[in-house]
Amino acid sequence: MLDIKRIPLGALLGLFFTALFLIAAIFAQWIAPFGLGEIVGNVWEPASAQYWLGTDNLGRDLLSRIIYGAQTTIFIAVLATALSFSLGSILGFTAAVVGGWFDTLMSRFVDLLMAIPTLIFGLVVLSVLPSTLVTLILVMGILDSTRVYRLSRAVAADINVMDFVEAAKLRGEGRGWIIFREILPNALSPLVSELGLRFIYAVLFLSALSFLGLGVQPPAADWGGMVKENKDGIVFGIPAALIPAAAIAALAISVNLVADWILNRTTSLKGGRA
Amino acid sequence: MAKAGTKEKPEILLDIRNLRIEARVFPPGEAPRDITIVDDVSLTLKRGKVLGLIGESGAGKSTIGLSSMGYGRGGCRITGGEVILNGRDVLKGGKQGFRKLRGREVCYVAQSAAAAFNPAHRLMDQVVEAALLHGVASRAEAEKRAIALFKKLSLPDPQNIGKRFPHQVSGGQLQRVMTAMALCSEPDMIVFDEPTTALDVTTQIDVLAAIKDAIRDTGVAALYITHDLAVVAQVADEIMVLRHGKLVEWGGTRQIIKEPRQDYTRALVSVHQIEHQEKKPGTKPFLSVKNVTATYGGGVVKVLKNVTVDIFPGQTLAVVGESGSGKSTLARAITGLLPPMEGSITFSGRKLANRLADRTKEDLRQLQMIYQMADVAMNPRQTVGTIIGRPLEFYFGMRGKERDRRVTELLEKIEMGKGFIDRYPAELSGGQKQRVCIARALAAKPTLIICDEVTSALDPLVAHGILNLLLDLQQEEGVAYLFITHDLATVKSIADSIAVMYRGEVVRYGAKSEVLRPPFDAYTDLLLSSVPEMEIGWLEKAIKGRRMESAGN
Amino acid sequence: MSSPILTLVAQRIALGLLLLLAVSVLIFAGTQILPGDVAQSILGQSATPASLANLREELGLNDPAYIRYFRWLGGVVTGDLGTALSSRQDIATSIGGRLWNTLFLAFWAAVVSVPLAIILGLLAVRYRNGFVDKLISGLALASTSLPEFFIGYLLVYFFAVKMQWFPGISTVYDGMPFGERMAAIALPATALTLVVLAHMMRMTRAAILNVMQSAYVETAELKGLSAFDVIRKHAFPNAIAPIINVVMLNLAFLIVGVVVVEVIFVYPGMGQYLVDHVSKRDVPVVQAVGLIFAAVYIGLNIIADIAAIIANPRLRHPK
Repeated sequence: MLDIKRIPLGALLGLFFTALFLIAAIFAQWIAPFGLGEIVGNVWEPASAQYWLGTDNLGRDLLSRIIYGAQTTIFIAVLATALSFSLGSILGFTAAVVGGWFDTLMSRFVDLLMAIPTLIFGLVVLSVLPSTLVTLILVMGILDSTRVYRLSRAVAADINVMDFVEAAKLRGEGRGWIIFREILPNALSPLVSELGLRFIYAVLFLSALSFLGLGVQPPAADWGGMVKENKDGIVFGIPAALIPAAAIAALAISVNLVADWILNRTTSLKGGRA
Repeated sequence: MAKAGTKEKPEILLDIRNLRIEARVFPPGEAPRDITIVDDVSLTLKRGKVLGLIGESGAGKSTIGLSSMGYGRGGCRITGGEVILNGRDVLKGGKQGFRKLRGREVCYVAQSAAAAFNPAHRLMDQVVEAALLHGVASRAEAEKRAIALFKKLSLPDPQNIGKRFPHQVSGGQLQRVMTAMALCSEPDMIVFDEPTTALDVTTQIDVLAAIKDAIRDTGVAALYITHDLAVVAQVADEIMVLRHGKLVEWGGTRQIIKEPRQDYTRALVSVHQIEHQEKKPGTKPFLSVKNVTATYGGGVVKVLKNVTVDIFPGQTLAVVGESGSGKSTLARAITGLLPPMEGSITFSGRKLANRLADRTKEDLRQLQMIYQMADVAMNPRQTVGTIIGRPLEFYFGMRGKERDRRVTELLEKIEMGKGFIDRYPAELSGGQKQRVCIARALAAKPTLIICDEVTSALDPLVAHGILNLLLDLQQEEGVAYLFITHDLATVKSIADSIAVMYRGEVVRYGAKSEVLRPPFDAYTDLLLSSVPEMEIGWLEKAIKGRRMESAGN
Repeated sequence: MSSPILTLVAQRIALGLLLLLAVSVLIFAGTQILPGDVAQSILGQSATPASLANLREELGLNDPAYIRYFRWLGGVVTGDLGTALSSRQDIATSIGGRLWNTLFLAFWAAVVSVPLAIILGLLAVRYRNGFVDKLISGLALASTSLPEFFIGYLLVYFFAVKMQWFPGISTVYDGMPFGERMAAIALPATALTLVVLAHMMRMTRAAILNVMQSAYVETAELKGLSAFDVIRKHAFPNAIAPIINVVMLNLAFLIVGVVVVEVIFVYPGMGQYLVDHVSKRDVPVVQAVGLIFAAVYIGLNIIADIAAIIANPRLRHPK
């Protein structure tokens, strides 16, 4: 069984902060001391007992905005990851097991999409599409699903040629059994850790877009956008922009630590028991 | 072999005393701990003599061999004892001392020369490297010596083979080039680490003969490490039997193979001898392969050419051949994994569909398969109960208690208890895994089980147990086997009829007694004469009596 | 150099060109999915139907998509990238200086990061599982998690604002003295270096480790070669191709990092130009710049593959 003492310190920290961010995101409306757009003080006030992280470029409470920002950022990233993951893994598994023209067609198309750096392609598409939530999630999810596709296809293709899968095919098992009972349980550990990485990537991608002014649009708050709003303060020595940037880094590192731990834990498991 | 600075060379070249080697292992989820790989082993090797180290995997034989060079592979550490080479304890010499003796006093020949040569350099540069490094010879001298050694080891075109790159030379030849590399710096001793294990049987005999001649002519001493007693009997003066890192028995070659004193050694010596009475062929075969031709790459490479064989109920057809002979392809054609291009396969009087997808569930049930690597033939995420139980569910619709009862019965048939039902494959030994695979095949109540090299990845004693089990099961269940193997000793133990395959064709086919009775065709003769026998002097006799050159040398 | 290599290299280059062509289709198609069209976005919602029709005629928007694609492609091949909608300036002229600025920045970032990453990767292998190694994998973990603007603004905050060593805004102009130019790009180049360094280090480490664990390295050790000679004579020739591969992939990664870093430092390069015109919905500029980025990216990947082909002794010396 899972023993809490056996979890390495890094993973424990990762779990703690990931949970913290998740809680902040889910209960933002109840936790945040001030409203999202509420102007409570002067521009760029330093941290104080009242405003723990100070105020932003319009005099809004930075902590409250960080908490609301967590909600927007994590919400979009989670949906984009869910999309990229389901799309990529289903197509990747199918391509590996079915093979033939479907595999060739899909793989060449993915090669093509990956020949353009994701951010550049994202910018190209966003130059004509409006930056709405739906567009952002679709663009991020579809572009990122290429990576999930490559990984799941490779993992599934590796497993697909193992003797135990051949044995199942010789037994006459259907495609469903082979994908879900033979391949999937063995592909789970690299995929779960990839899930973490894809989520991080989605957070970073969204933040970069928002930072460039092409992601989440005001008045909604997300972390990348907050960096953009407050970046002008930096040259005056006001570190307000660094706080949402640090929040992004902290979330990404926490999830990375957890993903790393899951990967190590599950790959060292030869059998099915912990 | 005059070496500057040494006055009189001691008669005892290598003297290992109470050697103890440990390694740190990292079990998942546990604290790292040390395990003992070699425990209190002593040996002496006289100048110019050959000592064979023999044992199963995990016996610590390679580790002992490498300890003579002060080398520990993968975290192995020498934690006790002395290794005295040429009169000094090399373990006290430190890093500098090791570097002086490696490649000069002791050289190493690896199991896979193909991996042990650097792909980026020409063979000659690698062969003379150690001699130049230790200042044994000038480049010109060393190259001359290397060419002489190539000639001695009967390599083709000895003048020019050194100009080639490793990937341009076959496996058997590379193994001999590596021997030349070891001999080039005129060492006192060579460690041969399973030098012929990765080779085909007809190639092995050439390499073995070449190594033996080279040892005799150069007067070098050797530690010869192998798991095959018959092989080591051909080259060694003395044999040391090891098990689990401990010494079992040590004696002259004749004594070990003729009068073994320990039970374990006796078991190793007698391992190949299963008396099997050949069954008369029935009148009607239940499975007939007729004129089957199969290809890879859309008809480009013909891997099976016009193959015709029959299998009779309750009997065993052994298909023998070397790698590339098409024997596994035959199995793939019969199972429908590789639909034949021409010819037909008849089963119980009706034609079997070529493609797996077109076969009925009943046809699939009748043909079961067991694989060489039991590790990868079972889903690591399923328990033994699921693995054996699935065919019961799938073919017979058994559920719950009924299924569990049948699984328990099958586990008993393969001489494993009910306690294994909840285990995962990773928690089983190699032999147990193969037994579970047998039970899975039996669960379908097939008429034919295809056994693809099922014993070749196992240690001899374990393989012996599996063969006995298969024979017993044939008696009880009346199942027929198509037994694919490269090992003729196995064939003799289990077959009723034999098909010898060579380059995609069946070159000899019939009842076991007929196939193994002279006169032979050239290839069968080569194959039969290449199987090492546990007989001193067999190698010379075999080489002399050969009519055909082996393909892979 | 024998013919199989040449064939393979030629094949790889041809494949790359084909891919680039397909990418141009994709980029063109990607900008055709907008609701409304370019004329609409230039003139805004309040435009009269007549002026829209006029502009459409002028821009050739009434032709079918494939004709517009080939017209665009024909222009690109002959060096005519079209006219920016927002400023009515020739795109190729605007890009010229900016492309050079971007390459200048990326070049210096590469000059610093590549040797540094290889040396640190070697150190990590040399002291495997030791402190240096752990530090490197820790940094690599962090660097895959840090957004570029976090690194960028941290640098600005400390080195430009607090210590005032370098300018926080990288203004460059034609005829700027080399020293001043270097000072101006010091921070963005550092930011780019940090963005790719850890990743490149970790991949270099993996590539070298893979070679160090092969049987021929053991053979070399058992010949009595010193650790240095083992690496120099036996590991290095086999590690070079994977390392070049790592470097090229990371340079491709660096090209993407350039976009954000240029915006942070207000550096007049391609990235900033692209972002500006995405906000202005200036499709011709976005198409042109997107294609150039993709071309560089594909080019680096081709070089990586060619290096692997050339370094493979099996291909260089066929049977």
